[in-house]
Amino acid sequence: MAALILLVSAAVANAGQTPAGMAAIPAGLYRPFFRTEADPREVPVRTFCLDILPVTNRDFLEFVRKNSRWRRSQAKRMFADESYLKNWAGDLALDTNSPANAPVTYLSWFAAKAYAQWKGKRLPTVAEWEYAASASPTRADGENDAEFKRQVLEWYARPAAVTLSAVGSGRRNLWGIHDLHGLVWEWVSDFNTAMVTGDARADTGLDRQLFCGNGTQGAKDLGNYPAFMRYGFRSSLKASYCVHNLGFRCAKDL
Amino acid sequence: MATLVFLISLALKPIMAADTSAGPPQARGTSPGVIGEEVAVPTQAPHVPPPIKRNHAAKVTVSLEVRELTKRLADGVEYVFWTFGGDVPGSFIRIREGDQVEFHLNNHQNNKMPHNIDLHAVTGPGGGAASSFTAPGHSSQFSFKALNPGLFVYHCATAPVGMHIGNGMYGLILVEPKEGLPPVDREYYLMQGEFYTIGQYGEEGLQQFDMIKAVDERPPYVVFNGAVGSLIGDRAITAKVGEKVRLFVGNGGPNLVCSFHVIGEIFDAVYQEGGTTPNQHNVQTTLIPAGGAAIVEFRVDVPGTYVMVDHSIFRAFNKGALGMLKVDGPQNLLVYSGKEVDASYLGKAAEAGGESEKKLASLKAAVAQEIRSNPKIADLNKEIQVQKGKGVFLQTCFVCHQPNGQGVPDQIPPLAGSDFLLDKANRERIIRGILVGQSDEMVVNGKTYKNPMIPLNYLSDEQIANVLTYVRNSWGNSSDTVAAEEVSRIRRETPAPKANPYE
Repeated sequence: MAALILLVSAAVANAGQTPAGMAAIPAGLYRPFFRTEADPREVPVRTFCLDILPVTNRDFLEFVRKNSRWRRSQAKRMFADESYLKNWAGDLALDTNSPANAPVTYLSWFAAKAYAQWKGKRLPTVAEWEYAASASPTRADGENDAEFKRQVLEWYARPAAVTLSAVGSGRRNLWGIHDLHGLVWEWVSDFNTAMVTGDARADTGLDRQLFCGNGTQGAKDLGNYPAFMRYGFRSSLKASYCVHNLGFRCAKDL
Repeated sequence: MATLVFLISLALKPIMAADTSAGPPQARGTSPGVIGEEVAVPTQAPHVPPPIKRNHAAKVTVSLEVRELTKRLADGVEYVFWTFGGDVPGSFIRIREGDQVEFHLNNHQNNKMPHNIDLHAVTGPGGGAASSFTAPGHSSQFSFKALNPGLFVYHCATAPVGMHIGNGMYGLILVEPKEGLPPVDREYYLMQGEFYTIGQYGEEGLQQFDMIKAVDERPPYVVFNGAVGSLIGDRAITAKVGEKVRLFVGNGGPNLVCSFHVIGEIFDAVYQEGGTTPNQHNVQTTLIPAGGAAIVEFRVDVPGTYVMVDHSIFRAFNKGALGMLKVDGPQNLLVYSGKEVDASYLGKAAEAGGESEKKLASLKAAVAQEIRSNPKIADLNKEIQVQKGKGVFLQTCFVCHQPNGQGVPDQIPPLAGSDFLLDKANRERIIRGILVGQSDEMVVNGKTYKNPMIPLNYLSDEQIANVLTYVRNSWGNSSDTVAAEEVSRIRRETPAPKANPYE
């Protein structure tokens, strides 16, 4: 009991001390876009901090300098597939297609997780990421902001650029976070939970729920195509995959 | 486990399954009767791979690459298509009943989306969808046995399915029956699909997918083979008089049903819904469901241009669902006398433009004025007008006036060499005729024509100016240009025709 009180008071004492480069997202409710009957309708999200910007090539270069086992030539294939950092010029060298201030991509979930731990942070959960990303520049419930939804959809309708733009070029949302939409996809800690309950995707049969007829039955808002696409995208991933426009940012408990 | 099986199948490759009965049992191996291996060579529409000569089943490897590409949807209109093989529709795959297919789906590394494939030819949950679900920069493999012959649609089934199909992810796979299909002289591949753009039909620039229009099933574009005009002019499919033509026609949807019709032809046989029995003969129009297909066969007896349409006819003339089959060869006057008149097509009458359109028109007029003062630009501009006008002509006018402007004797006046068209005194009457229709008698090259022409005022000022510039400067005609401003002025001065001429 005393410990609990201590924890609560510690949390209160820490409130407002948001680490540099992060923004605090107030507690709220996340309503999953896609869920099975057994899943809860609402998921409470506790106050947390989220990086204002996606992790850049420059940030990640510093990480691999100090963590040699995550260099391109050293990373184990089991933890990062053969595309790992392929747009870099070498183990410790960026290239024209990987500007220092652009988001780091071509990296696996394992690599992103290792970076976050090294920073004393963690990856956000699906609930945290989606909750933070649902805010438009002016309101927390961006799903009710038609103009915001239109702008988000625009990115999905454009072909992918070979060289990504610098981080921070997108408009910040209500919580002060940049680039949650319109730059890259982002890893989340539980990227594969939407469809998977067991230890393997193939044997659960649940991943078929996003295909064809079953694909829409569990969905909350059929007009919210971008959320649908994010779920589709995440469920196509394995933790070792390195994809050209998939980056990440870190979260931290407050 | 999957890796293990893959390795085994690789190891067995050189053996060629000629002695499968004697070979060791394979994990997911070849079934009895499957002899040899080959790699399928899928083709881009309108082409079809040659008939299969084998009299036995084989192991067939099929690879498709998914590309997300910006391509032409109509003249001046671009769209980011999601494709199987780089084009819409996806590449045509031809295999034989009983074949053991090893399917590889490759998702190009520059793509944004994960994709998969659901082949209606596959027996099994999802038609391969779950097994082929592939992230960008990755590749999936699965195998199936082609149990049922027929013509089948394949499509992407990744969430949101409607958007993946709506962006062009569909194609056809033909599983030839064991006994093969009867021989014909020509085979072609057509597939209808709708595109839901934010802009209206013809609005220039890169167009985005409009989810609201898609849900409401209100497509600005309904096209064959992925774009307006993909089968007209020099891209038309061809045949010679006396030849037997077989069309493999699919409908990708995502929403609309196709009423497939070839103007001036009667299908001798229709394999309805893509089945293997030519169960209907002497058919005018056959219905092709979304996510379905049909095989139609006919002998071409008379030379000329045959227009293929979705006979939900506004789609053909206002949304792009129109293609051409050009037949060369000697006339057969017993079969057809030469007086070809298709049913009159009465277009809709568009509402007058809004404020913004008027403002744009005045700005464009200012630009045009500047340009006119520069003769070099004016020349280039004329060429642009002629090219754009050709597109309008081949979409709207050629059905009556004929592709080379010669008209139809005693019915439709010619444009090629027409004294009426080239006489300056008629200039304004001709423009007005396009805007409100033409019902007075008209004498062209000494012959009197009485058939009315319907109003085409849904065409924009620019389209009318371009098509007039085209007809006045084609087929030996040589004259000046018609400016959009001139059409605009006459449109303002002319009362609009009734919205519905039937009322």
